[in-house]
Amino acid sequence: MLSFIAQRVVKGVIVLLAIVVLNFFLIRLAPGDPAIVMAGEAGASDQVFVKQLREKFGLDKPLPEQLLIYVKGVATLDLGFSFRQQAPVAKLIMERLPATLLLTLTAFAISLALGILFGTLAARFAGTWLDTSVTVFALIFYATPIFWVALMGILLFSVTVDWLPSFGYETVGGNYRGFAHVLDVAAHLIMPAMTLGLFFMATYTRMTRASMLEVKRLDFVKTARAKGLSDGVIQRRHVLRNALLPVVTLAGVHSGTLIGGAVITETVFAWPGIGRLMYDALLQRDYNLLLGVFVICSAMVLIFNLITDLVYRLVDPRIEFAA
Amino acid sequence: MKQFWTSMLRNPSGLIGLIILLLAIAVAVFGPLLFPNSPWRMVQRPFLPPFTLSTVPLGTDALGRDVFAGLIFGARVSLLVGLVSTLVALIVGVPIGAIAGYFGGKVDDALMRFTEFFQTIPSFALAIVLVAILQPSIYSIVASIAVVSWPPVARLVRGEVLSLRTREYVQAAIVTGQSHGWIIWREILPNALSPVIVLASLMVATAILLESSLSFLGLGDPNLISWGYMVGAGRTVIRQAWWITVFPGIAILISVLGLNLIGEGLNDALNPRLSREGR
Repeated sequence: MLSFIAQRVVKGVIVLLAIVVLNFFLIRLAPGDPAIVMAGEAGASDQVFVKQLREKFGLDKPLPEQLLIYVKGVATLDLGFSFRQQAPVAKLIMERLPATLLLTLTAFAISLALGILFGTLAARFAGTWLDTSVTVFALIFYATPIFWVALMGILLFSVTVDWLPSFGYETVGGNYRGFAHVLDVAAHLIMPAMTLGLFFMATYTRMTRASMLEVKRLDFVKTARAKGLSDGVIQRRHVLRNALLPVVTLAGVHSGTLIGGAVITETVFAWPGIGRLMYDALLQRDYNLLLGVFVICSAMVLIFNLITDLVYRLVDPRIEFAA
Repeated sequence: MKQFWTSMLRNPSGLIGLIILLLAIAVAVFGPLLFPNSPWRMVQRPFLPPFTLSTVPLGTDALGRDVFAGLIFGARVSLLVGLVSTLVALIVGVPIGAIAGYFGGKVDDALMRFTEFFQTIPSFALAIVLVAILQPSIYSIVASIAVVSWPPVARLVRGEVLSLRTREYVQAAIVTGQSHGWIIWREILPNALSPVIVLASLMVATAILLESSLSFLGLGDPNLISWGYMVGAGRTVIRQAWWITVFPGIAILISVLGLNLIGEGLNDALNPRLSREGR
């Protein structure tokens, strides 16, 4: 178990290193001299300043050496400086990270729980009106762009009936304390989390349904039935447990998409996370910040993949921990 | 081939999907000819609600531009980006997967690590970064979508080739001394095609979603109107004018839905063994 985790961590670090290297070359792909780009972002591109920047970031040194400087910087969590926001990129990201984690994890939990529930129901009542309606809804949400779901949510729940707040993390000037504050944040969280979760809920519903129907036909289910086990026990202990394996795999694969969805969701709902930060960086063409967020997103995906790998092995004891 | 079409047309989801796609293609190809109003031109007062004037059936946006014209011209961009970026992803992914699966060993290892690497990077975030750095244009959008969508193709093709290369007819081709390239191209790939076609139809759908999301964030080609751009532009005025965001969103939804249905239909028609109950 420990050696497995160690192995996966090492692998993750190598991938992260490769992403950092990719990042380094991406920033050099940006139009123009990076020093001039940075100076331009700072709003003052006189010669002295450009020269200072060039020296500060080692841009006058040969490329391999520059790469080394950059990798060293990232390793010590120095992701550069955002001239637009006048703050270190790492600091900006760390301030915003908790909000993004709250949003993505809530959306993930909602989508997984509801997806498995609806998928199980559809498979259990395959061929009935319940199955058909679940399948049709899943198909529709699977095809709906997240930004549009977000806007329709605002249109329905904030404009038409005014039940839920349409933007932000908490009520501005609300100054709630303790439990009232938690409730306030929760009210602001519902729509973004549901928006982000719907697409994934549709995915998990489809996957659970297909996978349940597939497992149902297998011999060991017939054996369980012949043993006289009740239908509920068969569904839960035999069918669902086996059917969940591909769903867990899918959840791991989708972690990157979840982060991408967070960029959109946070943008629409003005949720103060790193997705919104990425959008702001985009508007201001703040390449340092943009690529910093990109590195952190990639790191989050790697960590998430590691966790799903572990969960996979817990759900399925047949898989050995030795790689 | 005939069998394929009958099973495709008998399949309800495949049929509905096909009808939607044909309609969307017809709109994209002929719409702008029949409806020459430029989507950028001011045709009426701003914020004209839909269904009030027959010349601008879906109303106007904040600058008095025709929403209906935008929908029609936007179909071109969505379908074009969807198709071309999928094609580019196939051109990249199929050879990588085929070479990895055919030669195996170290080549396979190296190519698959490379593929996995690209699969680990959060795709939408990478697409955003690429378009932002290369500057938004139809080319950079197609390129970025292709860059983030080829890995599944490579993995799928690799798996297929891996199982096909041990078949006797492939062994026979090797024995008769044909070149590796020829064997891959003429003997193996044609037999690995059907799952790739299914995947490709789903990839077009994903590419349309990606393009619309990029345009929504303001990373669309500034010279071309697209559905995502329209939703993004209408976002700030959603409280006054719902129609500016609602109609283009429905257009995206229907197109993507159609392509997904085609994917399911194709899957049933091309892999009859897997179909029926499992769907």
